[in-house]
Amino acid sequence: MVTSVTSFSRTGLSDWLIQRVTSLVLLAYFIVIAYQLLGSVDYTSWRLLFDQTWMKVFTLMAALSLAAHSWIGLWSVFTDYLTERMLGPKGNIIRLLCQLGASLALVGYVFWVVVIIWS
Amino acid sequence: MLQVSLYRYNPETDEAPFMQDFAVDTSGRDLMVLDVLELIKAEYDGSVTYRRSCREGVCGSDGLNMNGKNGLACVTPLSETVKGDKLVIRPLPGLPVIRDLVVDMSLFYAQYEKVQPYLQNPSPAPAIERLQSPEERAQLDGLYECILCACCSTSCPSFWWNPDRFIGPAGLLQAYRFLADSRDTATEERLSKLDDPFSVFRCHGIQNCVNVCPKGLNPTKAIGHIRTMLLSRAT
Repeated sequence: MVTSVTSFSRTGLSDWLIQRVTSLVLLAYFIVIAYQLLGSVDYTSWRLLFDQTWMKVFTLMAALSLAAHSWIGLWSVFTDYLTERMLGPKGNIIRLLCQLGASLALVGYVFWVVVIIWS
Repeated sequence: MLQVSLYRYNPETDEAPFMQDFAVDTSGRDLMVLDVLELIKAEYDGSVTYRRSCREGVCGSDGLNMNGKNGLACVTPLSETVKGDKLVIRPLPGLPVIRDLVVDMSLFYAQYEKVQPYLQNPSPAPAIERLQSPEERAQLDGLYECILCACCSTSCPSFWWNPDRFIGPAGLLQAYRFLADSRDTATEERLSKLDDPFSVFRCHGIQNCVNVCPKGLNPTKAIGHIRTMLLSRAT
């Protein structure tokens, strides 16, 4: 049976709100990146941009937002399609494996961003 | 001649469902789809099984999938649904088929039951009635008219995948009907039962329900109001 134990915040309202707030953070981040890309970009200017503390914090916020947003979205997809109702008795195992894979990937991406930005 | 392709399945005799074709002479009349089914049953095959009752869009018995879109057969004219001369009639999607076009609506009613679709007010009932102002009464317009035909919920993918946990547009429309009722005092209890990841929040706002409702209601809007109430309650 599908339960909400693996959902991001356990409540529908929090997940819904987090997904919307994180989408705004991501929108703002990608607007900033797009603005930079529209100008002339070279290694020096790119490096200078990401050397600034506000950009590091903003990038980390965007990475965390992307991870939370993706997890909530993927959790919805997994609990729609990878269930016992859809796949038979193996549905729960397949879903948990996919959730494990997705969560490891997302944690890995966040860690990777931290290493790149703050190292 | 109208080419009708009809979903047939009798679990007692058929191994699997199949589509059966009928060439129906409508004499050029713009019949309702229910009339076509009646013609088929009377003149072609008496074993064709479907639900019907009032034949005027009030009882909600004959919800069907006609050329890919859910609706009430009794108030859907051929001119509205037939493309070329082809009419494909299937049972409402997502629910178990009992026979031919008759589906088992237990899951649908179980979700309806969950929202406790009745007025809750522990204060002693007044001698005549609980009064509402015209403005308070107007809050129920667009909500109370639902006839529970299930066209909306069975057109909703979220209900197809999680019919045991997502209340579905029909149930949520009724949930809001009582949340919006000035005479009902169980708002907090009602909202607390809806704040899980499935009951309300499986709605992704694709508005299939709005597209198919034969009464022209808007469950997506009602679901939005429920979300707003949950948000106001929590913040």
